[in-house]
Amino acid sequence: MADIIKKATRDAYGEALAELGKVNDNFVVLDADLAKATKTGTFKAAFPERFFDCGIAESNMMGIAAGLATTGLTVFASSFAMFAAGRAFEQVRNSIGYPHLNVKIGATHAGVSAGEDGASHQCNEDIALMRTIPGMTIINPADAVEAKQAVFAAAEIDGPVYLRFGRLAVPVIFDENYKFEIGKGNLLKEGTDCTIVATGLLVNEALIAAEELKNEGISVDVINMATIKPLDVDLLVSSAKKTGCVVTAEEHNIIGGLGGAVCEALSENYPVPVIRVGMNDVYGKSGNGALLLKEFGLCAENLKAQVKKAIELK
Amino acid sequence: MDQALKKDLKIFATKLRMGAIEAVFNAASGHPGGSISIAELLSYLYNVEMRIDPKNPKDENRDRFVLSKGHGAPGVYAALALKGYFPYEDLKTLRKSDSYLQGHPSMTYIPGIDMSTGSLGQGISAAVGMALSAKYQKKDFRVYTILGDGEIEEGQVWEAAMFAANKKLDNLVAIVDYNNLQIDGELDEVNSPYPIKEKFEAFGWNAIEINGHCFDDIENAFNEAKACKGKPTCIVAKCVKGKGVSYMENQCNWHGAAPNAEQYEVAMNELRSALKELEA
Repeated sequence: MADIIKKATRDAYGEALAELGKVNDNFVVLDADLAKATKTGTFKAAFPERFFDCGIAESNMMGIAAGLATTGLTVFASSFAMFAAGRAFEQVRNSIGYPHLNVKIGATHAGVSAGEDGASHQCNEDIALMRTIPGMTIINPADAVEAKQAVFAAAEIDGPVYLRFGRLAVPVIFDENYKFEIGKGNLLKEGTDCTIVATGLLVNEALIAAEELKNEGISVDVINMATIKPLDVDLLVSSAKKTGCVVTAEEHNIIGGLGGAVCEALSENYPVPVIRVGMNDVYGKSGNGALLLKEFGLCAENLKAQVKKAIELK
Repeated sequence: MDQALKKDLKIFATKLRMGAIEAVFNAASGHPGGSISIAELLSYLYNVEMRIDPKNPKDENRDRFVLSKGHGAPGVYAALALKGYFPYEDLKTLRKSDSYLQGHPSMTYIPGIDMSTGSLGQGISAAVGMALSAKYQKKDFRVYTILGDGEIEEGQVWEAAMFAANKKLDNLVAIVDYNNLQIDGELDEVNSPYPIKEKFEAFGWNAIEINGHCFDDIENAFNEAKACKGKPTCIVAKCVKGKGVSYMENQCNWHGAAPNAEQYEVAMNELRSALKELEA
């Protein structure tokens, strides 16, 4: 196996903004005193006149983003997921979502892998919150390659987008031939016994789990569901019809995120047993991000166990 | 101010009050007190101050107006109808499920509305974003927003105020409808935001206190705002909630209640005679 290259999706976010800035002069970037951490600082260095720091006032930042967007600009507004989706939820809902404005929320440090800062900063609720906003597109890229393409794609579509990025450096799984498309999942591995639907950094864990399960005689579909809303229901249902059971995998509360979205879609279209892997309705804690993922079961090992359980439920 | 202009502005303000009462009465709900308290301010903004064209409501160089105190929508809708943005008769459809006239301003559905508001404290941030955009794009449009005095209890207002001063947004004017009443009572009985003028000054704004029903005051304040460079301006407009309808004036319970048929007749008769007097 070739050397694994690791890169945080937040790094790809910053680089993508700076690159996009060269070919698209109709957007500006806002941050809330976290430009170094969210990596919008990379854009700021390249285009200082197109970057506005709103200070530690995320609610106001979302309103400013909305106001800028009413004048025809596209706006990327960034903070940690906790504050972008959590603190400023109602501003996103009323000032951005309701008028369907062109604001792209770049939310970093999502999930328990934010690590040492602890539970106050580990947002496991953002996907659930954003999913309830009509017209909101939600993208949770699996790696740096997908993250970069997601930024470009978000700038192309009309309306609000929630882009979810991580702090932790994670394996790059896609090569330059990969083509991300909003609303389309990718079937990365094919099998017959179970479907793992994963998003974000759990996609790599799903791929590892699938490899190891193969040695045990279990074959699985692995779907990368980068776009959580709108969900690729067609791909999900076609896979569920083939395998008969599903395991979801996300760095988010099992309530309301990818797991919730998949259960809702399958129950209405093709009910099969589903087991949700995620944060089991608990808060995180301080610690090394990579180790926390294992501790909370957001890893290949747990996915393998849950796949076996799902197969038994068939 | 020129007397002929003042007369026209007074007539417009009175018609605006009639339109707002008409709308709230027909809706059987809504917020009359804070809709008609700002009639003179809206009359001046829509007839004199703002560079707008009702035939081209999306003109990218137009001045922007954000009703941060979104519950004053019937007042703004009446102003828009009188300016020809949509038919005056439509005011009677306010808040009805088959109407585009939403209970609170919606930029998606209503011609002439520049920002969807209603959740207090959020409109001023959007106005700040618009003013920032004008500076960034080197455009000369100006941005106006009206806030309630109770509304400025929202922390977001002060986040926005801090940012606007720091970015020297002298193309932004925030007007506070200072009527001393909010739903639960007088402001300082509930949670005092006083002193308002001094607070905005402390946040780096040029602040002016005026009588919000006096057109000379209003004209001077907006002219001073335009002349003030490097700072946003806050006009603290002393207003009477429910102004123009005797039984609504200074009455907290007319914040969010619609008149019944009898009360409607009284209100309209008062406004009609005021109009008659002005037009005489």
